[in-house]
Amino acid sequence: MNLTLKIWRQKDAKSKGKFVTYKMADVSPEMSFLEMLDALNKKLVESGGDPVAFEHDCREGICGTCGMYINGHPHGPVPAVTTCMLSMRYFSDGDTITVEPWRAKPFPVIRDLIVDRSAMDKIQVAGGYISVNTGAAPDANSILVPKKNAEEAFDAAACIGCGACVAACKNASAMLFVSARISQYALLPQGRLEAKERVRAMVEKMDELGFGNCSNTGACEAECPKQVKLVNIARLNREYYKAY
Amino acid sequence: MDKLLFSSVSKKFVMALAGLFLILFLPVHLFINFMLLKSDPQPFNEAARFMVSFPLIRIIEIVLIAAIIIHICYGIYIQIQNWMARPTRYAVSIKTKTSFFSKFMIWTGAAVFTFLIIHFFNFYFIRLGLAEGNPDDFYSVAHRLFKIPAYNYIYLVCFILLGLHLYHAIISAFQTLGLNHRFWTPVVKAFALIYAIVIPAGFAVISITIWLFR
Repeated sequence: MNLTLKIWRQKDAKSKGKFVTYKMADVSPEMSFLEMLDALNKKLVESGGDPVAFEHDCREGICGTCGMYINGHPHGPVPAVTTCMLSMRYFSDGDTITVEPWRAKPFPVIRDLIVDRSAMDKIQVAGGYISVNTGAAPDANSILVPKKNAEEAFDAAACIGCGACVAACKNASAMLFVSARISQYALLPQGRLEAKERVRAMVEKMDELGFGNCSNTGACEAECPKQVKLVNIARLNREYYKAY
Repeated sequence: MDKLLFSSVSKKFVMALAGLFLILFLPVHLFINFMLLKSDPQPFNEAARFMVSFPLIRIIEIVLIAAIIIHICYGIYIQIQNWMARPTRYAVSIKTKTSFFSKFMIWTGAAVFTFLIIHFFNFYFIRLGLAEGNPDDFYSVAHRLFKIPAYNYIYLVCFILLGLHLYHAIISAFQTLGLNHRFWTPVVKAFALIYAIVIPAGFAVISITIWLFR
């Protein structure tokens, strides 16, 4: 199929960016979105141009690196997939596809479609851990966990920290990400010991970094490639009230 | 202390509590307004007088005014922070399907606030001696206002917008307070829909009845 791509090009963080239009011919519907961009970059390099910079790593939907905003949706229009898992068969011949980087104050553009998402790492470092002695792995059954809690914690832990929730939120709020991190620990006995310090520190860091406030619109949940649920945000709120 | 009072979660908590208090006040106001439909002005005027003379209600009134001010100030503060969190807008606006009304809370809220100012000029300021009118006969003041077609149009539009505001507000307040439950959240959503229709409709019925049939 033949496509028109409108891609955000920006030399570096300080430069002013702009959209550049590229025509792509003979795009196979079996390609992934990133493979299509690879093909574009090959064409650009062969013609002496500058390839489009975009982040990617695992290309199997688990690392959360490949975020980009495609036609008004983080990770594109297909629910529950990351950009690398987005197949070109969801687009039609003649389509114009607009590709932008995540837009949020805490995510400054580094180059083209790459944004600095270290703000999310800073939130994680603020409290997204449990303090345990290193050494041999403890026996799996030494601390019993109800199955329901284990499953809910696992669902929250499915968050890959890609930033799609921030990108989709009209307020650029990171509440779904932070709530997933809070929930994965809050639901397990190992995480309860530092629950109060964790939620205070992570919310404080999130606010300090300039993310917006949650207004419960639910765009984050709708766009999350790992389908992290809004109930986690309610849990984060409860954990925060309990911490004071 | 600053972190507790002005963290993103705390701000929303205060907004939700103030909002819920205001939501609870609406049925009381509506109940009193239904007395406007009687041909005898006495019950309404007595209820209005009771509202200003009963000490407990005076305290609630202070809390109510405080709740309005806090809700508005925090709402504007949160909205400004939210706009600042995305200094560069997307070229293609976000197409995610979400609760439609949740996107316009600041604007529906602004409309309700505008109406509140008009309302205060018409009634509350009379009582405070800041506007002309008989504070012992709000029945006549209300009837006079409802006979003005333009006032009715503004009144009806504001109440439709209040309904839109209320629908997301109720659902959002429960979520903000951490009250999300597999069984009860759908019940809250259904209640929000009914409340957001019934309360504004009640006020509208009163104004239209007086406007057209009295």
